[in-house]
Amino acid sequence: MALLKRLSRHELPLVPFTLNGEACSGRAGDTVLTAILTQSDRLRLSDFSGDPRAGFCQMGACQDCWVLTSDGGRVRACSTALKPEMSLRTITEPRS
Amino acid sequence: MSDAIRPLIVGAGPAGIRAAQTLVNAGVRPVVIDEAPSSGGQIYRQRLVPDERSAKDLYGSEAAKAIALHETFAQIRDRIDYLPGTLVWNLHDKAVDAVTGQRTRRIAFSHLILATGATDRVLPVPGWTLPGVFTLGGSQIALKSQGCAIGEKVVFLGSGPLLYLVAWQYVKAGANVAAVLDTAPFSAKFHLLRGLFAQPSVVLRGFRYAAELMAHGVAVRFGVQPARIDGTTRVEGIVWRERGKEHRLACDAVGYGFSLRSETQLADLAGCRFTFDTRDRAWRPERDGAGRTSVSGVYIAGDGAGIAGADAAELAGERAGLALLDDAGLPADHARIGVLERKLASIQHFRDILESAFPFPEAWATSIADDVTLCRCEEIAVGDARAAARDQGISELNRLKALTRVGMGRCQGRMCASAAVEVLASTCGRSPDAVGRLRAQPPVKPIPLEVAAEGEAA
Repeated sequence: MALLKRLSRHELPLVPFTLNGEACSGRAGDTVLTAILTQSDRLRLSDFSGDPRAGFCQMGACQDCWVLTSDGGRVRACSTALKPEMSLRTITEPRS
Repeated sequence: MSDAIRPLIVGAGPAGIRAAQTLVNAGVRPVVIDEAPSSGGQIYRQRLVPDERSAKDLYGSEAAKAIALHETFAQIRDRIDYLPGTLVWNLHDKAVDAVTGQRTRRIAFSHLILATGATDRVLPVPGWTLPGVFTLGGSQIALKSQGCAIGEKVVFLGSGPLLYLVAWQYVKAGANVAAVLDTAPFSAKFHLLRGLFAQPSVVLRGFRYAAELMAHGVAVRFGVQPARIDGTTRVEGIVWRERGKEHRLACDAVGYGFSLRSETQLADLAGCRFTFDTRDRAWRPERDGAGRTSVSGVYIAGDGAGIAGADAAELAGERAGLALLDDAGLPADHARIGVLERKLASIQHFRDILESAFPFPEAWATSIADDVTLCRCEEIAVGDARAAARDQGISELNRLKALTRVGMGRCQGRMCASAAVEVLASTCGRSPDAVGRLRAQPPVKPIPLEVAAEGEAA
């Protein structure tokens, strides 16, 4: 279930991407964090306890919003712009 | 165009832009490096793509300032070397290492202006790592940049002017704000009456925000002691105490923060001497009224030099630019310097008043429970820090970090150091200035391993 609630920007073009293999869409101008948290309520599990995390500062400081890309890379969701056909995975294993 | 000097400005918010403009006007071409994809800083942050909202929708009463700053940047854009989306991750020998995507490069400078801004100062409360809890600044970015509320039913908690501003912006944008929980007592707000003489428009605007929040049915509570944020996998409610009674409110999001903390890592790497600012309860680089640090040729401006807000940042950026010109033997407008310094002094006086109206919750460090997470990266509990202080006689922050890993994680203490200082100081019976400060380490933020390797080889 979504964490963030869209209040505006409803008319911007859809941007298709996949999240954990499922087809999803965000809006042009979304960050990866917004695109994921408008359909899900977590971005990763914490490194040690495995508790769910969904970002915190949204300005690239807290480092709590890392997600994986299909090519094995990691991106900071809050400071990465959503691009069409991105393949994203939330971190579902602690210490991954 | 003067080629004799090659200044570098880090940060393209209000301070960085005004500093750049000042140099450009004197015929100097600075390098401007900024982490964000577009200029404006956090306060005047721009959207990734335009949408249906106007500048007034985004920036409210500050729209004219935002527009003016963005226009200034557009005008000087071709007369600076601008590197957006770029992180300065190391600094030594009059040069920085900067990474853009996967590419790192070393950029030498003759002079350096640090305009690195601030992030929220947060203090842990039980449940603060749950999905749905964001900082006040993060809540504001979600709204301004992304057009999103952080939840269906939002509670804002903490202290500082940003608490009311963000809540008001949420209400204006059509979000459901259930409550504003201010940790400061109502009586503290009487200090704002003194502020009416110093900065009447700012104070009246604050009163208007509070009045409009109440008129929209938002519960505004004072003297709140946060007890916990409830939830198992995400926020389900918030519990607080107020005049001895416990209250609970169901909500699915909490935005919180206790004023701001300066980003000072680069000043530390530059070798700047630091001083403890009792008002901000934090170490900041020493500077004179013009923004000169203890290191020749290194200047600092804006909230990265101590918390003073966006208006002061614009003035301080210009002031630092003029100091740089003066020091480099280039013409600087001395009449303008006088004007800037008078305005900055007036804002500093007002910040003292604001700090009285939104005081730091001093009881936090002694009342927070042992099992609450202190360091959200390394997942170290408050009790672990207290135990290290008591059982191993730790009374210095870097020792605490070495022993417990508090402040050693990916955020490098940005989210926990303010709290760790308070916990350590209260446990060993010292004042916050007597437990030291975390030393900055390169890279100041995480960078890809291959970039670090390349940087080492360079």
